[in-house]
Amino acid sequence: MNLFPTTACLGLALAMLTGCMTTPAELDLSLQKQSRDRKFVVTLEPPAASPAINQMHAWQVKLRAADGAPVTRARITVDGGMPQHGHGLPTRPQVTRELADGTYLLEGMKFSMTGWWEIKLAIVATEGTDQVTFNRVVIDPLAAR
Amino acid sequence: MSADTETIMRRFFTVSMAAGGSVGIALVALLVSGFTLDAPRAPAAKGWSAAERGVILSLALDRLVPASPDPSNAFEDDPAAAALGKRLFADTRFSRNQLVSCASCHAPEKQFQDGLPVGRGVGTGTRRAMPIAGTGYNAWFFWDGRKDSLWSQALGPLEDAVEHGGNRTRFARVLQTHYRADYEAAFGPMPYLAQLPQDAGPLGNDAEKAAWAAMTPQSRERVSRVFANMGKAIAAYEKRLAYGESRFDRYARALAADDAGASALLTAREASGLRVFIGRGQCVTCHNGPLFTDQHFHNTGVPQRSAAQPDRGRAAAVAKVQADEFNCLGRFSDAHPEQCAELRFIATDDATLEGAFKTPSLRNVALRAPYMHAGQFARLEDVIAHYAAAPVAGVGHSELPHGHGGRAPIRLSAEDADDLVAFLATLSGPIAERLR
Repeated sequence: MNLFPTTACLGLALAMLTGCMTTPAELDLSLQKQSRDRKFVVTLEPPAASPAINQMHAWQVKLRAADGAPVTRARITVDGGMPQHGHGLPTRPQVTRELADGTYLLEGMKFSMTGWWEIKLAIVATEGTDQVTFNRVVIDPLAAR
Repeated sequence: MSADTETIMRRFFTVSMAAGGSVGIALVALLVSGFTLDAPRAPAAKGWSAAERGVILSLALDRLVPASPDPSNAFEDDPAAAALGKRLFADTRFSRNQLVSCASCHAPEKQFQDGLPVGRGVGTGTRRAMPIAGTGYNAWFFWDGRKDSLWSQALGPLEDAVEHGGNRTRFARVLQTHYRADYEAAFGPMPYLAQLPQDAGPLGNDAEKAAWAAMTPQSRERVSRVFANMGKAIAAYEKRLAYGESRFDRYARALAADDAGASALLTAREASGLRVFIGRGQCVTCHNGPLFTDQHFHNTGVPQRSAAQPDRGRAAAVAKVQADEFNCLGRFSDAHPEQCAELRFIATDDATLEGAFKTPSLRNVALRAPYMHAGQFARLEDVIAHYAAAPVAGVGHSELPHGHGGRAPIRLSAEDADDLVAFLATLSGPIAERLR
C-alpha cells in the first residue's frame, strides 16, 4: 500500500539507535483502524514517497461508518506528538477540505525528528463523535538510503 | 579502585560540577545504571551497523538538498538585490548611532556571530546573536522563531531599540541618498520622500511613533515597502552564505564509498564521539540532518539568564509572528496565501513551547562559543555536562529524559564527554558565499 510496512523495521532500528530505547515493541502501526467507540473505520494515507524530515506534506483521511458507507461532511481535528519526548506536533495540521465522499485532505503535516509519533484524530459527524489514535515510526529517508 | 578509575571518576565530578548539577545524585545515577567507569573506548570508524552508517551518511553535507525558494521574497535570486544586500549588511549608517551594522553582531570573520553571550548593538540585548550560514533552510527565525522569513528577520534588528535603534523614514532616506541606483535596479523606482518626517516609525520612541501616526496611510505603506525591500535584499545576500565541507563530511563520503581510507579521516577519539553523538548521547535526536538541526523548538532546561524575567522562548513568539506585518501572509509578502504553509499550520497552543528555543545547527559549532540562546555556557564541555545533568527547567518543562516515559536518560562518562567535544570539532568547515 505504501512504503511504511517495509520500512517499519528499519525505522524501529533507527529509532532505537537514536535514543528511543524502548519504542514499544507491540506498537500498533496499522494505518486503518476502528475508532475508539467503533463508530468509524478510519484509514490514513500518507504520501506515496516518504517526506523528508521537516518537509511539510499532506495526508488523506478516509472515513467510513461501521457499515462501510463513506462518512461525509465530518469535522476532523488533529493532535499528536512524541509520547517519549513530551512534545506535540511541530505544526497544527488541519483537515482543509473533503476531496471526495468520505475522503478528506489533511494538510500541514510535518515530522521534525525520527522516532515514534502519535497522530490523534477527533471526529464529529452526523453518525456520531469518536476518536482514533495512529502510531507512526518516522524514519529519515536520508538515513535509509 | 584503580588509579585509572579514580581519574575517570574525578573527571566525571568535574563535568557534573560544571553543569551546576548535583554531583552526588549524578554519581549515584551513574552507578545505579550499571555503567562501567573503566569501559574501554569503542573501536573507531570500523564496525558501524547498517543503521548507524545510514545515520552518519544522513548528516553529511552532500545530502543537503537546495533550500526551498522563499515564495514571500520574489527577489531572493536576484544578483542585484543580493549585491545591494551585502553592502547594506555592512553599512553602519543604518543605525541610531551610526556605529552598528548587521555585521557588528554577525561578523563574517567570527562565523557571522560576535563571540558574546548576548548581542551588543546600540544597547545590550537579551539573546545570543545567531549564525547566518545555512539559515535559508529555516522555517522560523531567531531563537524563538518570531519571524517566518529571512527578509522579515533582517528587519527586526534594524528597528529594535537596543540593536540598530533606527526608524523607517530615516532608513528610506539613507537608502535613497547612498543606494538609489542600486535599489532601483533591483526594486524599481523609489517613492518621493522629501516631505516625510526625518525620523518616523511604528516601533521608535514616542516622537517617532507620533510622526509615523501623522503620516498618511499611503506614505506609511510606501516607506514600509522600501523597508521591506531592504530586508529582501539582505536576505538575498544571506541566503547565499553556505557551510562548506568539514572533515566529518569527508569521512562520511569515504564511508559511503566504502573507502578503506575513511578511518584515517577521524581519530579514534573523534569516531568514538560520533558513536556517542548518534547513540547514547541522543544528540542526533534533535541535531539531525546535514545541518544538524531539526529546525524546531525544545525546552532543554537551559538556565534562565534572569530568574526574575524568565524567557518564555517560543511560547511568547507565536502571537508575534502571527501579527507581524512583514509575515508571509502580510501585504509586503510576495507569496500567495496558500504558499504560507508554516504560518497557516503554526502550532499555537502546545504547552511544550513554553521555554522552548530553536535547535541550532552544529556546523562550525566548535568555532562559535559561547553556547545556548543567551550564551549561558562558555565551552562545549559545559553544554554536554548540561545535557547529562538534565536540570529542571526555569519555565515550562525540560524535554531531557529522566528515565521515565520509556526513554533512557543521557548518561555520559567523562571519556564520552571528551570524545563528543572532539567529534564536534570535526564539523568545522569554511563558510562560502555561493553564486545562485
